[in-house]
Amino acid sequence: MIELKSIYKSFEDKDVLKDISTQFQDGITNLIIGQSGSGKTVLMKCIVGLLVPEKGEILYDNRNFLAMNKKNKILLRREMGMIFQSAALFDSMTVLENIMFPLDMFSKDTLRDRIKRAKFCLDRVNLMDAQNKYPDEISGGMQKRVAIARAIALQPKYLFCDEPNSGLDPKTSLVIDELIHDITTEYNMTTIINTHDMNSVMGIGDSIIFICDGMKEWQGNKDEIFTATDKRLNDFIFASDLFRKVKDVETHHAE
Amino acid sequence: MIFKALNTLGQYLILMGRVLSKPERLRVTMKQYLKEMSQLGVNSIGIVLLISFFIGAVICIQIKLNIQSPWMPRFATGYTTREIMLLEFSSSIMCLILAGKVGSNIASELGTMRVTQQIDALEIMGINSANFLILPKILALVTMIPILVTFSIFAGIIGAYATTFSGSVINAEDLTFGFQYSFTEWFVWCGIIKSLFFAFIISSVSAFFGYTVNGGSIEVGKASTNAVVCSSILILFSDIFLTQLLTK
Repeated sequence: MIELKSIYKSFEDKDVLKDISTQFQDGITNLIIGQSGSGKTVLMKCIVGLLVPEKGEILYDNRNFLAMNKKNKILLRREMGMIFQSAALFDSMTVLENIMFPLDMFSKDTLRDRIKRAKFCLDRVNLMDAQNKYPDEISGGMQKRVAIARAIALQPKYLFCDEPNSGLDPKTSLVIDELIHDITTEYNMTTIINTHDMNSVMGIGDSIIFICDGMKEWQGNKDEIFTATDKRLNDFIFASDLFRKVKDVETHHAE
Repeated sequence: MIFKALNTLGQYLILMGRVLSKPERLRVTMKQYLKEMSQLGVNSIGIVLLISFFIGAVICIQIKLNIQSPWMPRFATGYTTREIMLLEFSSSIMCLILAGKVGSNIASELGTMRVTQQIDALEIMGINSANFLILPKILALVTMIPILVTFSIFAGIIGAYATTFSGSVINAEDLTFGFQYSFTEWFVWCGIIKSLFFAFIISSVSAFFGYTVNGGSIEVGKASTNAVVCSSILILFSDIFLTQLLTK
Protein backbone atom coordinates (compact mmCIF):
# COMPACT_ATOMS: atom_id res chain seq x y z
CA MET A 1 0.00 0.00 0.00
CA ILE A 2 1.12 3.53 -0.75
CA GLU A 3 -0.11 6.34 1.45
CA LEU A 4 0.18 10.06 0.78
CA LYS A 5 -0.12 12.53 3.63
CA SER A 6 -0.63 16.23 2.90
CA ILE A 7 1.56 16.55 -0.18
CA TYR A 8 2.40 20.07 -1.26
CA LYS A 9 4.42 20.95 -4.33
CA SER A 10 4.99 24.28 -6.04
CA PHE A 11 7.09 25.62 -8.91
CA GLU A 12 8.33 29.14 -8.23
CA ASP A 13 5.12 30.98 -7.25
CA LYS A 14 2.63 28.45 -8.56
CA ASP A 15 1.17 25.87 -6.17
CA VAL A 16 0.74 22.71 -8.23
CA LEU A 17 -0.23 20.26 -5.49
CA LYS A 18 -2.15 21.35 -2.43
CA ASP A 19 -2.69 19.09 0.54
CA ILE A 20 -3.11 15.77 -1.27
CA SER A 21 -3.79 12.85 1.06
CA THR A 22 -4.90 9.44 -0.09
CA GLN A 23 -4.17 5.72 -0.02
CA PHE A 24 -3.48 3.36 -2.90
CA GLN A 25 -4.35 -0.25 -2.13
CA ASP A 26 -2.63 -3.50 -3.20
CA GLY A 27 -4.01 -5.78 -5.88
CA ILE A 28 -6.27 -3.19 -7.50
CA THR A 29 -5.78 -0.53 -10.16
CA ASN A 30 -5.71 2.91 -8.56
CA LEU A 31 -6.43 5.67 -11.06
CA ILE A 32 -5.49 9.32 -10.80
CA ILE A 33 -7.64 11.34 -13.17
CA GLY A 34 -7.88 15.01 -13.96
CA GLN A 35 -7.64 17.56 -16.72
CA SER A 36 -4.34 18.34 -18.43
CA GLY A 37 -2.38 20.66 -16.13
CA SER A 38 -4.31 19.60 -13.02
CA GLY A 39 -1.15 18.26 -11.39
CA LYS A 40 -1.54 14.49 -11.79
CA THR A 41 1.81 13.97 -13.53
CA VAL A 42 3.55 16.11 -10.89
CA LEU A 43 1.85 14.00 -8.22
CA MET A 44 3.10 10.79 -9.82
CA LYS A 45 6.62 12.21 -10.19
CA CYS A 46 6.54 13.09 -6.49
CA ILE A 47 5.40 9.59 -5.58
CA VAL A 48 8.23 7.91 -7.54
CA GLY A 49 10.81 10.44 -6.37
CA LEU A 50 11.54 12.27 -9.62
CA LEU A 51 10.32 15.44 -7.86
CA VAL A 52 10.56 16.26 -4.18
CA PRO A 53 7.47 17.74 -2.53
CA GLU A 54 7.88 20.71 -0.18
CA LYS A 55 5.70 19.18 2.51
CA GLY A 56 4.07 15.88 3.29
CA GLU A 57 4.84 12.19 3.63
CA ILE A 58 4.88 9.33 1.12
CA LEU A 59 4.66 5.95 2.81
CA TYR A 60 5.44 2.75 0.94
CA ASP A 61 4.04 0.03 3.21
CA ASN A 62 4.71 2.36 6.15
CA ARG A 63 8.24 3.20 4.96
CA ASN A 64 8.62 6.97 4.68
CA PHE A 65 10.16 7.51 1.23
CA LEU A 66 11.03 11.17 1.72
CA ALA A 67 12.81 10.56 5.02
CA MET A 68 14.96 7.74 3.61
CA ASN A 69 18.65 8.10 2.93
CA LYS A 70 19.92 7.84 -0.65
CA LYS A 71 20.88 4.18 -0.35
CA ASN A 72 17.47 3.10 0.97
CA LYS A 73 15.73 5.17 -1.70
CA ILE A 74 17.69 3.31 -4.37
CA LEU A 75 16.77 -0.02 -2.77
CA LEU A 76 13.10 0.96 -2.65
CA ARG A 77 13.19 2.05 -6.28
CA ARG A 78 14.16 -1.48 -7.23
CA GLU A 79 10.73 -2.49 -5.97
CA MET A 80 9.12 -0.11 -8.47
CA GLY A 81 8.26 -0.50 -12.12
CA MET A 82 7.13 2.35 -14.30
CA ILE A 83 5.47 2.67 -17.68
CA PHE A 84 5.98 6.08 -19.18
CA GLN A 85 3.69 8.00 -21.50
CA SER A 86 6.26 7.63 -24.28
CA ALA A 87 7.13 4.02 -23.25
CA ALA A 88 10.74 5.27 -22.74
CA LEU A 89 12.33 2.15 -24.21
CA PHE A 90 16.07 2.30 -24.75
CA ASP A 91 16.30 2.74 -28.49
CA SER A 92 19.82 1.37 -28.78
CA MET A 93 18.62 -2.01 -27.45
CA THR A 94 16.38 -4.67 -28.95
CA VAL A 95 13.06 -5.54 -27.33
CA LEU A 96 14.59 -8.52 -25.51
CA GLU A 97 17.60 -6.46 -24.37
CA ASN A 98 15.25 -3.80 -23.01
CA ILE A 99 13.55 -6.40 -20.84
CA MET A 100 16.86 -7.99 -19.90
CA PHE A 101 18.28 -4.63 -18.81
CA PRO A 102 16.86 -4.41 -15.25
CA LEU A 103 17.71 -8.10 -14.79
CA ASP A 104 21.30 -7.52 -15.97
CA MET A 105 21.64 -4.62 -13.56
CA PHE A 106 20.11 -6.10 -10.42
CA SER A 107 19.50 -9.82 -10.72
CA LYS A 108 22.07 -12.29 -9.47
CA ASP A 109 20.64 -15.05 -11.64
CA THR A 110 22.67 -16.75 -14.33
CA LEU A 111 22.46 -15.46 -17.90
CA ARG A 112 20.29 -18.43 -18.87
CA ASP A 113 17.82 -17.69 -16.06
CA ARG A 114 17.76 -14.00 -16.93
CA ILE A 115 16.96 -14.77 -20.56
CA LYS A 116 14.31 -17.23 -19.43
CA ARG A 117 12.69 -14.61 -17.19
CA ALA A 118 12.84 -11.94 -19.94
CA LYS A 119 11.23 -14.32 -22.42
CA PHE A 120 8.55 -15.21 -19.88
CA CYS A 121 7.71 -11.49 -19.47
CA LEU A 122 7.71 -11.05 -23.23
CA ASP A 123 5.38 -14.02 -23.62
CA ARG A 124 3.13 -12.58 -20.90
CA VAL A 125 2.55 -9.51 -23.08
CA ASN A 126 2.28 -11.64 -26.28
CA LEU A 127 5.35 -10.23 -27.99
CA MET A 128 7.62 -13.21 -28.49
CA ASP A 129 7.80 -12.50 -32.23
CA ALA A 130 9.22 -9.04 -31.68
CA GLN A 131 12.09 -9.97 -29.38
CA ASN A 132 14.85 -9.11 -31.85
CA LYS A 133 13.31 -5.92 -33.15
CA TYR A 134 14.31 -2.41 -32.11
CA PRO A 135 11.72 -0.08 -30.50
CA ASP A 136 11.42 2.07 -33.63
CA GLU A 137 10.51 -1.05 -35.65
CA ILE A 138 7.38 -1.81 -33.62
CA SER A 139 4.05 -0.01 -33.18
CA GLY A 140 3.13 2.31 -30.30
CA GLY A 141 0.92 -0.32 -28.72
CA MET A 142 3.69 -2.91 -28.91
CA GLN A 143 6.12 -0.43 -27.37
CA LYS A 144 3.74 0.01 -24.44
CA ARG A 145 3.53 -3.75 -24.02
CA VAL A 146 7.34 -4.00 -24.05
CA ALA A 147 7.40 -1.27 -21.40
CA ILE A 148 4.99 -3.35 -19.30
CA ALA A 149 7.20 -6.43 -19.74
CA ARG A 150 10.27 -4.42 -18.70
CA ALA A 151 8.43 -3.00 -15.71
CA ILE A 152 7.44 -6.43 -14.40
CA ALA A 153 10.77 -8.14 -15.14
CA LEU A 154 11.96 -7.75 -11.55
CA GLN A 155 8.52 -8.53 -10.13
CA PRO A 156 7.99 -5.10 -8.58
CA LYS A 157 5.71 -4.42 -5.62
CA TYR A 158 4.65 -1.07 -7.02
CA LEU A 159 3.71 -0.29 -10.61
CA PHE A 160 3.28 3.24 -11.94
CA CYS A 161 1.75 4.03 -15.30
CA ASP A 162 1.81 7.56 -16.65
CA GLU A 163 -0.92 7.84 -19.27
CA PRO A 164 -0.32 4.34 -20.67
CA ASN A 165 -2.96 4.79 -23.39
CA SER A 166 -1.69 8.07 -24.70
CA GLY A 167 -1.55 8.01 -28.50
CA LEU A 168 -3.17 4.58 -28.83
CA ASP A 169 -6.39 3.62 -30.59
CA PRO A 170 -9.36 2.54 -28.39
CA LYS A 171 -8.92 -1.16 -29.12
CA THR A 172 -5.21 -1.20 -28.30
CA SER A 173 -5.92 0.94 -25.22
CA LEU A 174 -8.31 -1.72 -24.04
CA VAL A 175 -5.64 -4.42 -24.46
CA ILE A 176 -3.13 -2.34 -22.46
CA ASP A 177 -5.69 -1.62 -19.72
CA GLU A 178 -6.62 -5.27 -19.40
CA LEU A 179 -2.98 -6.29 -19.33
CA ILE A 180 -2.16 -3.83 -16.54
CA HIS A 181 -5.24 -4.91 -14.60
CA ASP A 182 -4.46 -8.62 -14.96
CA ILE A 183 -0.82 -8.16 -13.99
CA THR A 184 -1.82 -6.10 -10.95
CA THR A 185 -4.08 -8.89 -9.71
CA GLU A 186 -1.61 -11.62 -10.63
CA TYR A 187 1.36 -10.08 -8.76
CA ASN A 188 -0.78 -8.33 -6.09
CA MET A 189 0.99 -5.07 -6.87
CA THR A 190 0.09 -1.57 -5.83
CA THR A 191 -0.66 -0.04 -9.21
CA ILE A 192 -1.18 3.66 -9.80
CA ILE A 193 -2.32 4.81 -13.23
CA ASN A 194 -2.34 8.39 -14.35
CA THR A 195 -4.95 8.88 -17.05
CA HIS A 196 -7.57 11.07 -18.60
CA ASP A 197 -8.91 8.27 -20.78
CA MET A 198 -12.52 7.74 -19.76
CA ASN A 199 -12.55 4.23 -21.23
CA SER A 200 -9.84 3.30 -18.72
CA VAL A 201 -11.83 4.93 -15.93
CA MET A 202 -14.91 2.89 -16.78
CA GLY A 203 -12.95 -0.28 -17.49
CA ILE A 204 -10.35 -0.63 -14.75
CA GLY A 205 -11.16 2.12 -12.23
CA ASP A 206 -11.12 -0.04 -9.08
CA SER A 207 -10.21 3.06 -7.14
CA ILE A 208 -10.21 6.58 -8.58
CA ILE A 209 -9.07 9.92 -7.29
CA PHE A 210 -9.97 13.06 -9.20
CA ILE A 211 -7.44 15.90 -9.05
CA CYS A 212 -8.57 19.41 -9.87
CA ASP A 213 -6.35 22.51 -9.61
CA GLY A 214 -3.81 20.56 -7.57
CA MET A 215 -6.32 19.36 -4.97
CA LYS A 216 -8.04 16.05 -4.42
CA GLU A 217 -11.60 16.81 -5.44
CA TRP A 218 -13.21 13.39 -5.29
CA GLN A 219 -12.40 9.74 -4.49
CA GLY A 220 -14.41 6.66 -5.34
CA ASN A 221 -14.61 3.89 -7.92
CA LYS A 222 -15.97 3.31 -11.41
CA ASP A 223 -19.43 2.37 -10.13
CA GLU A 224 -19.73 5.44 -7.94
CA ILE A 225 -18.55 7.84 -10.59
CA PHE A 226 -21.92 7.82 -12.43
CA THR A 227 -23.82 8.88 -9.34
CA ALA A 228 -21.25 11.36 -8.04
CA THR A 229 -22.66 14.81 -7.38
CA ASP A 230 -19.39 16.72 -7.56
CA LYS A 231 -19.89 19.37 -10.23
CA ARG A 232 -16.26 19.62 -11.34
CA LEU A 233 -16.02 15.82 -11.62
CA ASN A 234 -19.20 15.68 -13.67
CA ASP A 235 -17.96 18.49 -15.92
CA PHE A 236 -14.78 16.51 -16.51
CA ILE A 237 -16.23 13.03 -16.89
CA PHE A 238 -19.25 13.95 -18.95
CA ALA A 239 -17.57 16.48 -21.16
CA SER A 240 -18.25 14.34 -24.23
CA ASP A 241 -21.65 13.58 -25.72
CA LEU A 242 -20.93 9.88 -25.61
CA PHE A 243 -20.46 9.76 -21.85
CA ARG A 244 -23.45 12.05 -21.25
CA LYS A 245 -25.55 9.56 -23.21
CA VAL A 246 -24.04 6.64 -21.29
CA LYS A 247 -24.93 8.39 -18.04
CA ASP A 248 -28.51 8.95 -19.21
CA VAL A 249 -28.86 5.28 -20.13
CA GLU A 250 -27.32 4.16 -16.81
CA THR A 251 -29.54 6.51 -14.81
CA HIS A 252 -32.60 5.42 -16.75
CA HIS A 253 -31.63 1.80 -16.25
CA ALA A 254 -31.21 2.32 -12.48
CA GLU A 255 -34.66 3.92 -12.24
CA MET B 1 25.86 36.64 -16.07
CA ILE B 2 28.55 35.71 -13.50
CA PHE B 3 25.89 34.16 -11.26
CA LYS B 4 24.60 32.10 -14.19
CA ALA B 5 28.12 30.94 -15.07
CA LEU B 6 28.83 29.96 -11.46
CA ASN B 7 25.49 28.19 -11.27
CA THR B 8 26.30 26.20 -14.44
CA LEU B 9 29.77 25.38 -13.09
CA GLY B 10 28.19 24.16 -9.85
CA GLN B 11 25.73 21.97 -11.74
CA TYR B 12 28.58 20.60 -13.86
CA LEU B 13 30.64 19.72 -10.77
CA ILE B 14 27.65 18.06 -9.08
CA LEU B 15 27.03 16.02 -12.22
CA MET B 16 30.69 15.01 -12.39
CA GLY B 17 30.45 13.94 -8.74
CA ARG B 18 27.65 11.56 -9.76
CA VAL B 19 29.48 10.43 -12.90
CA LEU B 20 32.77 9.64 -11.20
CA SER B 21 31.31 7.24 -8.64
CA LYS B 22 31.62 3.47 -8.50
CA PRO B 23 29.61 1.78 -11.27
CA GLU B 24 26.62 -0.34 -10.25
CA ARG B 25 27.65 -3.34 -12.36
CA LEU B 26 31.21 -3.30 -13.67
CA ARG B 27 30.34 -5.88 -16.35
CA VAL B 28 27.58 -3.72 -17.79
CA THR B 29 29.76 -0.59 -17.65
CA MET B 30 32.55 -2.42 -19.47
CA LYS B 31 30.10 -3.46 -22.17
CA GLN B 32 28.98 0.15 -22.54
CA TYR B 33 32.63 1.28 -22.56
CA LEU B 34 33.48 -1.00 -25.49
CA LYS B 35 30.38 0.12 -27.36
CA GLU B 36 31.27 3.78 -26.85
CA MET B 37 34.88 3.16 -27.94
CA SER B 38 33.50 1.89 -31.20
CA GLN B 39 30.87 4.60 -31.60
CA LEU B 40 32.94 7.61 -30.55
CA GLY B 41 36.46 6.51 -31.42
CA VAL B 42 36.57 3.86 -34.13
CA ASN B 43 33.85 5.63 -36.12
CA SER B 44 35.97 8.80 -36.11
CA ILE B 45 39.10 7.18 -37.57
CA GLY B 46 38.03 7.80 -41.16
CA ILE B 47 37.46 11.52 -40.79
CA VAL B 48 40.64 11.94 -38.72
CA LEU B 49 42.75 10.21 -41.38
CA LEU B 50 41.11 12.10 -44.22
CA ILE B 51 41.47 15.57 -42.68
CA SER B 52 45.00 14.94 -41.37
CA PHE B 53 46.21 13.60 -44.73
CA PHE B 54 45.05 16.66 -46.66
CA ILE B 55 46.06 19.18 -43.99
CA GLY B 56 49.54 17.57 -43.81
CA ALA B 57 49.84 17.92 -47.59
CA VAL B 58 48.58 21.51 -47.64
CA ILE B 59 50.83 22.61 -44.75
CA CYS B 60 53.82 21.15 -46.57
CA ILE B 61 52.98 22.97 -49.84
CA GLN B 62 52.19 26.28 -48.12
CA ILE B 63 55.37 26.28 -46.09
CA LYS B 64 57.53 25.38 -49.05
CA LEU B 65 55.98 28.10 -51.19
CA ASN B 66 55.89 30.82 -48.52
CA ILE B 67 59.22 30.46 -46.80
CA GLN B 68 61.23 29.49 -49.87
CA SER B 69 64.40 31.53 -49.85
CA PRO B 70 68.09 30.95 -50.57
CA TRP B 71 68.72 31.63 -46.88
CA MET B 72 66.38 28.93 -45.67
CA PRO B 73 67.70 25.36 -45.43
CA ARG B 74 65.90 22.91 -47.75
CA PHE B 75 64.86 20.71 -44.84
CA ALA B 76 62.90 23.57 -43.18
CA THR B 77 59.65 22.53 -44.86
CA GLY B 78 59.74 18.98 -43.47
CA TYR B 79 60.90 20.20 -40.07
CA THR B 80 58.10 22.83 -39.79
CA THR B 81 55.41 20.49 -41.09
CA ARG B 82 56.39 17.89 -38.50
CA GLU B 83 56.38 20.40 -35.64
CA ILE B 84 52.98 21.81 -36.64
CA MET B 85 51.46 18.34 -36.89
CA LEU B 86 52.99 17.15 -33.61
CA LEU B 87 52.47 20.20 -31.48
CA GLU B 88 49.22 21.71 -32.60
CA PHE B 89 47.29 20.18 -35.46
CA SER B 90 47.02 16.54 -34.43
CA SER B 91 46.30 17.34 -30.79
CA SER B 92 44.50 20.67 -30.54
CA ILE B 93 42.96 21.31 -33.97
CA MET B 94 41.98 17.67 -34.40
CA CYS B 95 40.29 17.78 -30.98
CA LEU B 96 38.42 20.91 -32.04
CA ILE B 97 37.16 19.00 -35.07
CA LEU B 98 36.25 16.03 -32.88
CA ALA B 99 34.44 18.39 -30.48
CA GLY B 100 32.13 19.09 -33.40
CA LYS B 101 31.63 15.50 -34.41
CA VAL B 102 31.74 13.62 -31.12
CA GLY B 103 30.51 16.45 -28.88
CA SER B 104 27.32 17.02 -30.82
CA ASN B 105 26.77 13.27 -30.98
CA ILE B 106 27.03 12.90 -27.19
CA ALA B 107 24.87 15.97 -26.44
CA SER B 108 22.11 15.05 -28.87
CA GLU B 109 22.06 11.40 -27.79
CA LEU B 110 21.75 12.25 -24.09
CA GLY B 111 19.38 15.13 -24.81
CA THR B 112 17.07 12.85 -26.76
CA MET B 113 17.22 10.27 -23.97
CA ARG B 114 16.23 13.01 -21.53
CA VAL B 115 13.25 14.30 -23.51
CA THR B 116 11.98 10.80 -24.29
CA GLN B 117 12.13 9.96 -20.55
CA GLN B 118 14.73 7.21 -21.02
CA ILE B 119 16.88 8.85 -18.32
CA ASP B 120 13.87 9.03 -15.99
CA ALA B 121 13.31 5.31 -16.65
CA LEU B 122 16.86 4.58 -15.49
CA GLU B 123 16.41 6.70 -12.36
CA ILE B 124 13.14 4.92 -11.50
CA MET B 125 14.98 1.61 -11.72
CA GLY B 126 17.35 2.92 -9.04
CA ILE B 127 20.26 3.30 -11.44
CA ASN B 128 22.69 6.22 -11.23
CA SER B 129 21.91 7.35 -14.77
CA ALA B 130 24.74 9.89 -14.90
CA ASN B 131 27.28 7.25 -14.01
CA PHE B 132 25.75 4.62 -16.28
CA LEU B 133 25.49 6.86 -19.36
CA ILE B 134 28.33 9.35 -19.06
CA LEU B 135 31.22 7.48 -17.44
CA PRO B 136 31.65 4.99 -20.34
CA LYS B 137 31.65 7.90 -22.80
CA ILE B 138 34.36 9.77 -20.89
CA LEU B 139 36.50 6.66 -20.46
CA ALA B 140 36.03 5.66 -24.10
CA LEU B 141 37.02 9.06 -25.45
CA VAL B 142 39.98 9.41 -23.09
CA THR B 143 41.14 5.99 -24.34
CA MET B 144 40.53 6.60 -28.03
CA ILE B 145 41.65 10.20 -28.54
CA PRO B 146 45.38 9.55 -27.98
CA ILE B 147 45.08 6.77 -30.58
CA LEU B 148 43.33 9.14 -32.98
CA VAL B 149 46.03 11.76 -32.37
CA THR B 150 48.72 9.23 -33.23
CA PHE B 151 46.85 8.24 -36.40
CA SER B 152 46.50 11.92 -37.25
CA ILE B 153 50.25 12.53 -36.94
CA PHE B 154 51.04 9.62 -39.24
CA ALA B 155 48.33 10.58 -41.74
CA GLY B 156 49.65 14.18 -41.82
CA ILE B 157 53.17 12.98 -42.50
CA ILE B 158 51.96 10.63 -45.23
CA GLY B 159 49.99 13.56 -46.69
CA ALA B 160 53.16 15.65 -46.73
CA TYR B 161 54.98 12.81 -48.51
CA ALA B 162 52.17 12.64 -51.05
CA THR B 163 53.13 16.14 -52.23
CA THR B 164 56.49 14.80 -53.37
CA PHE B 165 54.65 12.71 -55.98
CA SER B 166 52.28 15.43 -57.10
CA GLY B 167 54.80 17.81 -58.63
CA SER B 168 58.01 19.64 -58.07
CA VAL B 169 57.10 21.20 -54.71
CA ILE B 170 59.64 19.33 -52.62
CA ASN B 171 61.69 16.17 -53.00
CA ALA B 172 61.37 13.17 -50.69
CA GLU B 173 64.99 13.34 -49.45
CA ASP B 174 64.68 16.91 -48.19
CA LEU B 175 61.33 16.15 -46.61
CA THR B 176 62.64 13.03 -44.85
CA PHE B 177 65.68 14.92 -43.58
CA GLY B 178 63.40 17.69 -42.29
CA PHE B 179 61.11 15.20 -40.57
CA GLN B 180 64.09 13.60 -38.80
CA TYR B 181 65.96 16.79 -38.03
CA SER B 182 66.24 17.65 -34.32
CA PHE B 183 63.38 15.33 -33.41
CA THR B 184 62.21 15.68 -29.81
CA GLU B 185 60.25 12.68 -28.61
CA TRP B 186 58.69 14.75 -25.79
CA PHE B 187 56.67 16.70 -28.36
CA VAL B 188 54.78 13.53 -29.26
CA TRP B 189 53.98 13.05 -25.58
CA CYS B 190 52.94 16.72 -25.33
CA GLY B 191 50.33 16.14 -28.02
CA ILE B 192 49.09 12.98 -26.38
CA ILE B 193 48.93 14.50 -22.88
CA LYS B 194 47.07 17.53 -24.21
CA SER B 195 44.62 15.30 -26.06
CA LEU B 196 43.77 13.45 -22.83
CA PHE B 197 42.62 16.71 -21.26
CA PHE B 198 40.75 17.68 -24.41
CA ALA B 199 39.03 14.28 -24.50
CA PHE B 200 37.78 14.82 -20.97
CA ILE B 201 36.56 18.32 -21.87
CA ILE B 202 34.73 17.16 -25.01
CA SER B 203 33.01 14.19 -23.38
CA SER B 204 32.14 15.71 -20.00
CA VAL B 205 31.02 19.14 -21.24
CA SER B 206 28.95 17.68 -24.09
CA ALA B 207 27.43 15.12 -21.73
CA PHE B 208 26.56 17.89 -19.27
CA PHE B 209 24.70 19.90 -21.90
CA GLY B 210 22.88 16.84 -23.19
CA TYR B 211 22.02 15.37 -19.79
CA THR B 212 20.57 18.64 -18.45
CA VAL B 213 18.29 19.34 -21.43
CA ASN B 214 14.86 20.53 -20.38
CA GLY B 215 12.16 20.70 -23.02
CA GLY B 216 11.86 19.25 -26.50
CA SER B 217 13.65 18.90 -29.81
CA ILE B 218 14.56 22.61 -30.06
CA GLU B 219 16.33 22.43 -26.70
CA VAL B 220 18.17 19.27 -27.81
CA GLY B 221 19.42 21.21 -30.85
CA LYS B 222 20.47 24.13 -28.66
CA ALA B 223 22.23 21.81 -26.22
CA SER B 224 24.12 20.22 -29.08
CA THR B 225 25.28 23.62 -30.36
CA ASN B 226 26.17 24.84 -26.85
CA ALA B 227 28.12 21.65 -26.22
CA VAL B 228 30.28 22.18 -29.33
CA VAL B 229 30.81 25.91 -28.70
CA CYS B 230 31.61 25.49 -25.02
CA SER B 231 33.93 22.49 -25.57
CA SER B 232 35.78 24.37 -28.33
CA ILE B 233 36.30 27.47 -26.19
CA LEU B 234 37.49 25.38 -23.25
CA ILE B 235 39.86 23.45 -25.51
CA LEU B 236 41.36 26.71 -26.81
CA PHE B 237 41.80 28.15 -23.32
CA SER B 238 43.24 25.01 -21.83
CA ASP B 239 45.53 24.67 -24.87
CA ILE B 240 47.30 27.89 -23.84
CA PHE B 241 47.85 26.71 -20.26
CA LEU B 242 48.81 23.16 -21.23
CA THR B 243 51.21 24.34 -23.93
CA GLN B 244 52.95 26.66 -21.45
CA LEU B 245 52.99 23.96 -18.80
CA LEU B 246 54.30 21.18 -21.02
CA THR B 247 56.93 23.12 -22.96
CA LYS B 248 58.63 24.78 -20.00
